[in-house]
Amino acid sequence: MSSDHREHIGEIIRVNGPIVEARHMEHAGMLEVVEVGAMRLIGEVIKVHRGAATIQVYENTSGLSPGEEVICTARPLSVRLGPGLLGTIYDGIQRPLDRIAAISGAMINRGEKADPLDPARTWHFQPQCKPGDRVTTGTPFGEVQETLSINHRLLTPPDVSGTIVSIVPEGDYTGEHHLAIVKLDKGGERPLTMFQHWPVRLPRPVRQRLSLRQPLLTGLRVIDAFFPIAKGGAAAIPGGFGTGKTMTQQALAKWCDAHIIVYIGCGERGNEMTEVLREFPELVDPRSGRSLMERTILIANTSNMPVAAREVSIYTGITLAEYYRDMGYDVAVMADSTSRWAEALRELSGRLEEMPADEGFPAYLPARLAGFYERAGKVETMEGKEGSVSVIGAVSPPGGDFSEPVTQHTSRFIRCFWALDRDLANARHYPAISWKNSYSEYLVDITDWWKNQDLDWATNRQVIMEILQEETALQQIAKLVGPDALPEGQRLTLLIADIIKNAFLQQNSFDEVDMYCSPGKQSWMMAMLVKFTLRTRDIIRRGGALADIQKLPGLDRFLRMKSEIPNGDTQAMAALEQLLSNGLDALERKFVE
Amino acid sequence: MKMPGLEYSGVKNIDGPLVFVDNIRNVAYDELVVITAPNGEERMGQVLDVTATSAVVQVFGGTDALSPAGTRARFLGESLRIPVSREMLGRVFDGLGRPKDGLPMPLNADYLDVNGLPVNPYAREYPRDFIQTGISAIDLMNTLVRGQKLPIFSGNGLPHNRIAAQIARQARLLNEEVDFAIVFAAMGVKHDVAHFFIDSFQSSGVLNNVAMFLSLADDPSVERLITPRSALTLAEYLAFTEGMHVLVLITDMSNYCEALREISTARGEIPSRKGYPGYLYSDLASIYERAGRLRDGSGSITQMPILTMPSDDISHPIPDLTGYITEGQIVLERDMFQRGIYPPVAGLPSLSRLMKDGIGKDRTRADHPRVASQLFAAYSKVKDIRSLASVIGEEELSPVDKLYIQFGHEFENRVIGQGEFENRTIEQTLELGWDVLKILPRAELLRVSEEELQQYYDQAPQVETLR
Repeated sequence: MSSDHREHIGEIIRVNGPIVEARHMEHAGMLEVVEVGAMRLIGEVIKVHRGAATIQVYENTSGLSPGEEVICTARPLSVRLGPGLLGTIYDGIQRPLDRIAAISGAMINRGEKADPLDPARTWHFQPQCKPGDRVTTGTPFGEVQETLSINHRLLTPPDVSGTIVSIVPEGDYTGEHHLAIVKLDKGGERPLTMFQHWPVRLPRPVRQRLSLRQPLLTGLRVIDAFFPIAKGGAAAIPGGFGTGKTMTQQALAKWCDAHIIVYIGCGERGNEMTEVLREFPELVDPRSGRSLMERTILIANTSNMPVAAREVSIYTGITLAEYYRDMGYDVAVMADSTSRWAEALRELSGRLEEMPADEGFPAYLPARLAGFYERAGKVETMEGKEGSVSVIGAVSPPGGDFSEPVTQHTSRFIRCFWALDRDLANARHYPAISWKNSYSEYLVDITDWWKNQDLDWATNRQVIMEILQEETALQQIAKLVGPDALPEGQRLTLLIADIIKNAFLQQNSFDEVDMYCSPGKQSWMMAMLVKFTLRTRDIIRRGGALADIQKLPGLDRFLRMKSEIPNGDTQAMAALEQLLSNGLDALERKFVE
Repeated sequence: MKMPGLEYSGVKNIDGPLVFVDNIRNVAYDELVVITAPNGEERMGQVLDVTATSAVVQVFGGTDALSPAGTRARFLGESLRIPVSREMLGRVFDGLGRPKDGLPMPLNADYLDVNGLPVNPYAREYPRDFIQTGISAIDLMNTLVRGQKLPIFSGNGLPHNRIAAQIARQARLLNEEVDFAIVFAAMGVKHDVAHFFIDSFQSSGVLNNVAMFLSLADDPSVERLITPRSALTLAEYLAFTEGMHVLVLITDMSNYCEALREISTARGEIPSRKGYPGYLYSDLASIYERAGRLRDGSGSITQMPILTMPSDDISHPIPDLTGYITEGQIVLERDMFQRGIYPPVAGLPSLSRLMKDGIGKDRTRADHPRVASQLFAAYSKVKDIRSLASVIGEEELSPVDKLYIQFGHEFENRVIGQGEFENRTIEQTLELGWDVLKILPRAELLRVSEEELQQYYDQAPQVETLR
């Protein structure tokens, strides 16, 4: 940060919506933050040409006029990092919305500023090094218990390398307090504080990227069993309006087994963020037993908030995720919706009068998408620990048409595609993830993990998938001749496919039991479905009647097992298994005689 | 308007609704402009783009009869504001908030910027108070809650206005008498449509609680861009300052979007889908998001925009982008309308996103969520069976499938269908729902719980079904 930045002042020459042009900006660098006009609106330099700078302004520019000044700050757009991030709701440029509400009331006034992290709050600091220790990028120098479940490890920032000269003893300190003094290798001294800065558009350094081995368990059966995502993976959820993108994102944010969740509401509804704010503090994380809000950071840039801040919000979110990843945590980022982000790019590009590519989107859209999704990954951190960032981006294709540019380009940079299906959503079959059009390339990476839990997992999964594929083909015929004209064996397949859809794939996120399905229960349900399939097929093959199977005692309880048998209730599982088995035994005995 | 400002005569070009003014100084973005025509007539305008010496102004009153030589522009140094006051209820205004009923401007009014400010998501209260509209298709299947934005997707000739009027007439909260108001904004609709609403408000005795902002089909199209914002500015004042519960009806958003496209084209902007500007989503959001409730306020804004889908196409940019912003949609279906079903609310594509938190135990009735889910599932099966029947013939269907066909018929006619002046309680509606579910065999009803089946399916006396 330069101390003489006040000398560099430019002058506005044009205002066109969120795009402002200014002259006398010879000293401004690309992506530098500037303060625009008398209201000191935050902006970022996005083009420099012959001393004139084009600035995108993160707030409404109404009332701004040519002649007003533009002040250079000589630093890139950055986020503030440190304890206190968890449980907070920020806007796209990391202004804390709770404190903004305390200052300006229910509406967000322009030019309002507040510290992203409370500078007055003290945290209990425990030093982890002593004078004379060497520290370089990523060396922990202390820690703070940020929430009861998250230990916030304070790491030496990337540009510091040297020897500790002094460090404070254990105690309560504020974020800006000089906790340690480092004598830098390159000369000079530098204090270390709890708070740090990092430019949002620059990925944080890592030692190396690791291959993905572990699934990110979500508690949603259709995802975990059929289209799993690995920790450190990237997935997209495309779907037309009303198909349940946000519902799915929220369910993932609630139940997935990441340590930290960064939820980015990018150009979406205000009430959805309110819902998360209201609901998460009351929900309990099934793993830590603590409130879900304690592991969540919200970035809210709703659709009516300034469009330029929407463009930056996903970078803000992923930078916070990388910060916690560097401490050795598994972080999951939900970006809802990346289409709104792409539209913000398009709008800004249009105002810049750039030559458009597909459907008015700028030609650099794929490059930007790639840059974002590539920040996902499992890594060895600079300290030598393992951490991961998984990214799950919702895509809102116009008219639900997946051939549009954002869906198409996104699918090139992700390896897990959860296509939401309009027909399923219309039948209120949620999650409406289509088993016909979705795929996951992570399946091969994580199969070994599942095999350690359940030897038959991969085979069972395969049997169930095959039935669903077979059913799709049979439905084509059934549509022409009616299902009753099909042979018994094929009608059985339709029946089993129906059971799979209703009893397994469909999941009720409002049902106390069904909202989260543990891996153990999933394995058991899959095994039950496969057993049922094999035995009933055998009965039909031996001349049994479908009608008998439909009247099987316990079939109705089998169909309700997702909501009637709680996670881990092995007694209830065994009881149901016995009941069904007895019925099937009885049917089989008919043919032995 | 407070500051007189400088008057310029340097009008360079006039293009469609836009005027390009040169040789100006100290003009701000979004500033309000008074354009004086050669004949002395004054029209309002707004700055869309400004450089140190020139400005692009969109003229709300239209640009006819303007000439570069005789036209003058006066910049007022402030953005567009409208008066807001409780006295505006019972009155009629134009799109810019000027009285249209011959009465003077309201006294003691505050003046507020029509663009409003974005609501801090942190300061919002999540909407979850059930509004009983007395219409089963909405109450049972697509429940409206206070503070929701729920549009009606309609088509030309469909009875969206009658449904909106019925909702305005019947909507009430369970067990509560509240201070309510209706703000009605009409953009580009015909005079008789406006009169239909006025008559309807009058006959139900609420006219004194209604403020109207009319920018009708023969008014300049640019005025339509401000009309919904004026209406919502008043609504925000009534809800968040006066603490009233406000229902905002906006018709017809398609006309609004066309006016936006007109301006965008005149400015030579790069179009996105179907010629609409790339910022259509953000622009619509700046209207639709002005609904909801606040943590520290007692009032609320419930928004019901109406839009007609061009050639009934729900994937057209206007309904498509609207559906992405609003909290659900009530879709009207031409096929049901032709079969004489009122209200012709399409069963499957209609949706209320806030329904889940507004219904159930202590809100409507404990079984409501699962009954609705069961009806959706069964009705979606009806659609499949109907298409099967159209191939193999109804006679060839299995016995269960035939019951589904009967269920579909009863559901459409008895549950969805009702009278325009019929006001059903939520209890009556739920009973009707169970009545038609009883047509189906018990084993088909997987989405309702065993206890509910015992309570409502088994024990309640079987009501004669109409054949």
